Amino acid sequence: MSKVKQKKIKSPYSYALVAPIGIIFLIFFVIPTIVSFFFSMTRWTLFDWEFVGFENFTQYFKEASLAIGFKNTLIYGVITSALKVVFGLALAILLTGRLRAKGFLRSVVYFPVLVSTIGVGFTFSVLLDPNYGAVNKSIVAFGKMIGWETYGPGWLVDPNLLPLFSIAFVDIWKGVGMATVIFMAGLAAIPQEYYEALSVDGGNAWDKFRSITLPLVRPATASVIILSFIGGLRSFDLIWAMTGGGPGFLSDVIASINYKQYQAGFYGLATAGNVILLLFVLALAGPMYMYFNKKERQV
Amino acid sequence: MKKIMLRAIAAALPASLVFGAAVAVPSQAADVTITWLVDNGQATQDVAKALVTAYEKANPGYKVTVNLRPGGGDGDNLVKTKLATGEMEDVFTYNSGSLFQALAPTKNLLDLTKEPFEKNVLSSFNPVVSAGGKVYGVPFGTAVGGGILYNKKIYAKLKLKVPTTWAEFMANNKKIKAAGIDPVIQSYKDTWTSQLFVLADYYNVQNASPKFAADYTAGKEKYAKNKAALRGFQYIEELKKAGYFNRDYASTTYAQALEKVALGKGAHYPMATWAFPQIASQTPDNLEDVGFFAQPSSKASVNGVTVWVPSGTYIPAATKNAAAAKKFVGWLTTAKAIDVMNSVEGFAGGPYYIKGASIPNALPGGVKDLIKYFDKNATAPALEFVSPIKGPNLEKILIEVGLGITTAAKAAAAYDADVVKQAKQLGLKGW
Repeated sequence: MSKVKQKKIKSPYSYALVAPIGIIFLIFFVIPTIVSFFFSMTRWTLFDWEFVGFENFTQYFKEASLAIGFKNTLIYGVITSALKVVFGLALAILLTGRLRAKGFLRSVVYFPVLVSTIGVGFTFSVLLDPNYGAVNKSIVAFGKMIGWETYGPGWLVDPNLLPLFSIAFVDIWKGVGMATVIFMAGLAAIPQEYYEALSVDGGNAWDKFRSITLPLVRPATASVIILSFIGGLRSFDLIWAMTGGGPGFLSDVIASINYKQYQAGFYGLATAGNVILLLFVLALAGPMYMYFNKKERQV
Repeated sequence: MKKIMLRAIAAALPASLVFGAAVAVPSQAADVTITWLVDNGQATQDVAKALVTAYEKANPGYKVTVNLRPGGGDGDNLVKTKLATGEMEDVFTYNSGSLFQALAPTKNLLDLTKEPFEKNVLSSFNPVVSAGGKVYGVPFGTAVGGGILYNKKIYAKLKLKVPTTWAEFMANNKKIKAAGIDPVIQSYKDTWTSQLFVLADYYNVQNASPKFAADYTAGKEKYAKNKAALRGFQYIEELKKAGYFNRDYASTTYAQALEKVALGKGAHYPMATWAFPQIASQTPDNLEDVGFFAQPSSKASVNGVTVWVPSGTYIPAATKNAAAAKKFVGWLTTAKAIDVMNSVEGFAGGPYYIKGASIPNALPGGVKDLIKYFDKNATAPALEFVSPIKGPNLEKILIEVGLGITTAAKAAAAYDADVVKQAKQLGLKGW
């Protein structure tokens, strides 16, 4: 596909209009990012610093929980983004269809997005408490009814992978509203004539979904995947509020490992960790972004 | 009507101004308010409040506002950030020993070496709040002991004897388990509580290898290598394998654990005696059901308690109210302040490190149990007061052992690696 050469159009807006946000972006994003590259190569106590070259990076890669961190970060990013696509699309189709109380249901789906993540995290850690939480109390009560003796699973404390999945589930519950809204916008852009044409050709609902909705909603899918994947990779607040990376190091992700280094006062080391996280996210999300963009242009 | 009102107000104004000024001059001129940062533990809050009330009453014109900070790692971070940005309160109370050393005291804190009130402080306290040969803090509260809290009613009912060796302790656990009671309570929801078996074992470690602290600081001694030091890790592993923990130990909180041991839902809870004020406020009727014994050792002849030296109260170098801050910190070392601390039940539980200060006679039974070890002189300071090194991940590593995710040997090696990281970050020599 040949690229159409675009003429350089002079922007109708002056730089003065961009300046305020530009300055904020510079002060709170660009400068800290550059400074962090420097501090990642120092031993930094907040009170003074000493240049140590790449020592922090070698130390960081020796971190015992790092392997768990990388694995969990990936698992978490993949699960949350994949399920947000599935549920988001399903909900969007449901909520754009003929339905009673559509406006109300749309707000219900979107509402969790507006709630503070930390608040959601603490609420769910109470709900999922293995002994006193509402979830396990219901399971135990239900178990009694059918004569099955159980304590219920240790959602956030089980020494297997369960805690990470429990958090991912809450993340999906909280974030699916955003995905739904994006999909709803994508669905609204599909002309109704295509569906009518397919009906005339004798296609059923599944055909409509597979041959029209799915391909044409692709730009929305790409946005949802990229947004939620990057969000998943650098997620921290929910994990910290629910398990603190525990039990032990089982639900640690890279961001929580970095946070713990800050907590311990290893500021240089933690900064090095964040530089690594930045590169890791770029390395994964960058190619993904380019791939979807190329596809989009082809479509 | 309006005019009259205005006139009345106009007439009243100068009068009230003159009056107000006349009344305010003596007190207002001297009214100095300083701020004091303490941790948000219930016991600390109660004591701080009582101290401030007494201080303000005794020193008219001086006011102290208490601010709270979280404990644990978040608290460490907050204290360091406040010091680095010059926003620290005029006075703050914080751990002594290894955590104090991480505050870069020579740069951030006010030197109190030559203050007259230092005469009130026992010189044995000074090393844990000193850097570069200068003293930066005064003690806050008393020393406490780390060991095992136990339910006396269960012990009486099952006719058990307080154990001095690990074998005796495990034998007791077996009988308790057979009676259908959880032998040992763990509370991994509050991660810091997992460390007691290792930290409170230091009396025994020091007894087996007297040079441990120095060698450990120099990087020559390791938890994985030293058999006595490794025992603390193995204790947790043995208890897990035997199934002696309470079933919900992965999600139990510190407060719930104290309730369990007080109400007899569990027999033992490894903890320090700083828990007694909280037991007194949570389950006052059962305070006397909780006793204390030192962590059992491998030999019957070795039986002593690991002691946490009190926190210090410090003044940041950046304070604008140095004179008022010193006045308050000095007052904290007086007999009057000690009386106030003694009035909070269970708060005092060991030596004050203040000359002539004594703890009240009416103490909770558990604290009296601790005093016996002080009387026998069978105490050793915890490792964090004799070495600047304490790895930040010990609590999580021990939770892994307790949950059976890793073994004691692997965990000890992981902790040694954690310690190497910390020593390097502190810039210690020889690592």
